[in-house]
Amino acid sequence: MPEWPYRCELPRVRRDFMTEATTRAASPPETDPHQPTAGKAGRGRLVITLTVLSVTLVISVLAGIALGPTVVPPGDVIRFLTAALTGGSIGADEVSGYSIVWHVRTPRVLLAAVVGAGLAVVGVAVQALVRNALADPFVLGISSGASVGATAVVVFGVFAGLGVYALSAAAFLGALGATVLVYLAARGPLGLTPLRLVLTGVALAYGFQALMSVLVFLSPNGQAARTVLFWLLGSLGSASWESLPLAAGAVLVTVVVLLRQSRSLDVLSLGDETAASLGVDAEALRRGLFLLTAAVTGLIVAVSGAIGFVGLVLPHVVRILVGSTHRRVLAVAPLAGACFLVWVDLVARTAFAPEELPLGVITALIGVPVFIVLMRRRGYLFGGR
Amino acid sequence: MSLVLRDLTVEAAGRALVDRLHIEVDAGRIVGLVGPNGSGKSTALRCVYRALKPTSGAVLLDGADLTSLKLRDSARSIAALTQESHTELDFTVEEVVALGRAPHARGNQPLTARERALCEQAMDRLDVTHLAERSVLTLSGGERQRVLVARALVQEPRVLVLDEPTNHLDIRHQVELLSFLRGSGLTVLTALHDLNLAAAACDSIAVLSSGSLVAAGSPAEVLNPELIRKVFGVDATVVHHPRTGTPQLVYDLAPTGAPAPADALSEGPHS
Repeated sequence: MPEWPYRCELPRVRRDFMTEATTRAASPPETDPHQPTAGKAGRGRLVITLTVLSVTLVISVLAGIALGPTVVPPGDVIRFLTAALTGGSIGADEVSGYSIVWHVRTPRVLLAAVVGAGLAVVGVAVQALVRNALADPFVLGISSGASVGATAVVVFGVFAGLGVYALSAAAFLGALGATVLVYLAARGPLGLTPLRLVLTGVALAYGFQALMSVLVFLSPNGQAARTVLFWLLGSLGSASWESLPLAAGAVLVTVVVLLRQSRSLDVLSLGDETAASLGVDAEALRRGLFLLTAAVTGLIVAVSGAIGFVGLVLPHVVRILVGSTHRRVLAVAPLAGACFLVWVDLVARTAFAPEELPLGVITALIGVPVFIVLMRRRGYLFGGR
Repeated sequence: MSLVLRDLTVEAAGRALVDRLHIEVDAGRIVGLVGPNGSGKSTALRCVYRALKPTSGAVLLDGADLTSLKLRDSARSIAALTQESHTELDFTVEEVVALGRAPHARGNQPLTARERALCEQAMDRLDVTHLAERSVLTLSGGERQRVLVARALVQEPRVLVLDEPTNHLDIRHQVELLSFLRGSGLTVLTALHDLNLAAAACDSIAVLSSGSLVAAGSPAEVLNPELIRKVFGVDATVVHHPRTGTPQLVYDLAPTGAPAPADALSEGPHS
């Protein structure tokens, strides 16, 4: 009977099956047990990636603030920001520049970073949640629900009492309603299974879109269709300091919570049965993930509209860079998403100034070719062959 | 660590998939679960690795009802090789093996040096070290199966539950896996299709048919032509391994044919 292959005996072993020493009859090509493993190489690469991205993000944010229809020199940007943060003083002739930097561009650029980070992270979570590489934050029908709310505001002036927050509030309520509907419809005897979630989400999304089209169609005002379309493709034009804290807080909490669950997310992607055998309650984890991602998606969509592509593709780009382990993906994805959307927003407001392009158009125009190049170069597999 | 399935019943849609199944696996013993397709082997095993809750009855681990333990705590004692081997993400082999530490690790902390050594050792044992940095999505069925066994070992279980562990494995790796189980000292409950491998590897065999236990005992007690015909609907002759004496089955291809006389084959080269 052939003997169990055995090559090296390691210290600190517990069980007899680990110490039973046998030797292999024919010697195969030896692998050096001390060669650096992917884990170690991966860790080195992770630190480098995180450092590079952090520096890039700071530079991107400063560039985003400095550039625009009116270019503010970087020195002034830093001076104005310092003045705003520390209560310093600026010259009387600089008030308009200061106002552009502090009241208009800084909140907008920071919101772009927050939204980009949020979409990328939620994309990772949703792909793990429904165990499908094609999922994005919008596949669960949540953004379509938000669109219905937003359309109601644009077309019929619902929530007019809330002023500029009417759109955000209605979008968030729409997202919340969609979440509840999808959750109730997808829940079955076996809990929230991935396939049911995706199918329910997609089906209800069609329903919401139909509802939205009806609203636009019934609109007494011809401009409504254009406004709705613009909102659907995403814009940060309404960014303000007030819209920032809630979105930023939600994204931060999401990143922290998901990072703490990163190993469970890895286990979840192995399948529910395997997850159970590894001590992870897949059903409970999925329920928590669904509620968390739905809430954050709702908050993000409320401040930025439905920006497509980021949540679908950035998770894949990050996996190509640092591997699929969620601990790494979740550390890198928010930074990558933030950098990406800051630049996208910059292009959106400068390319055809004073007209603004919808963000969704640019995310697709930049992202698709970049993604295809990366994918072809690394032989990335997307969970299939 | 001993494992007892006590009057285990699982019902789905009003039908009993497993019906008052009683199986005892003493510490360090290997019990094989055999039976035709749909006889409830996988369902019973699912209750042991807790992917399924029994409708009634219980799975006892050293006398303690599994449902009284946290999922995570029982996963520290019981590792499983499930039928499910698909993953969506292209983890490397090494990463998948390391996930065996999930029930032991806290939060997202990286593995300790000891745990990494454990992973290397398990990969070495299962002959997959050379695949460490390969994506699991690129592996053949047999390679993947070995990676999953390595992951189960890294869990440092005292009980190992395996659902058709020899699926996809070539004959060398089938023999190696079962020899390894024999020498492992673990308490093992495994579903097996191949009755001859089951006879060679298991201390005792439990035969399931339509969710019920129809026979249990040592391979020599259980594997007889009458039972094989009753449960599997095939005609077989029992011969004995010339060296080990283990009972082995030789099948007649025509299901309705008369069984071949036993003495004609007992000294033959078929074992």
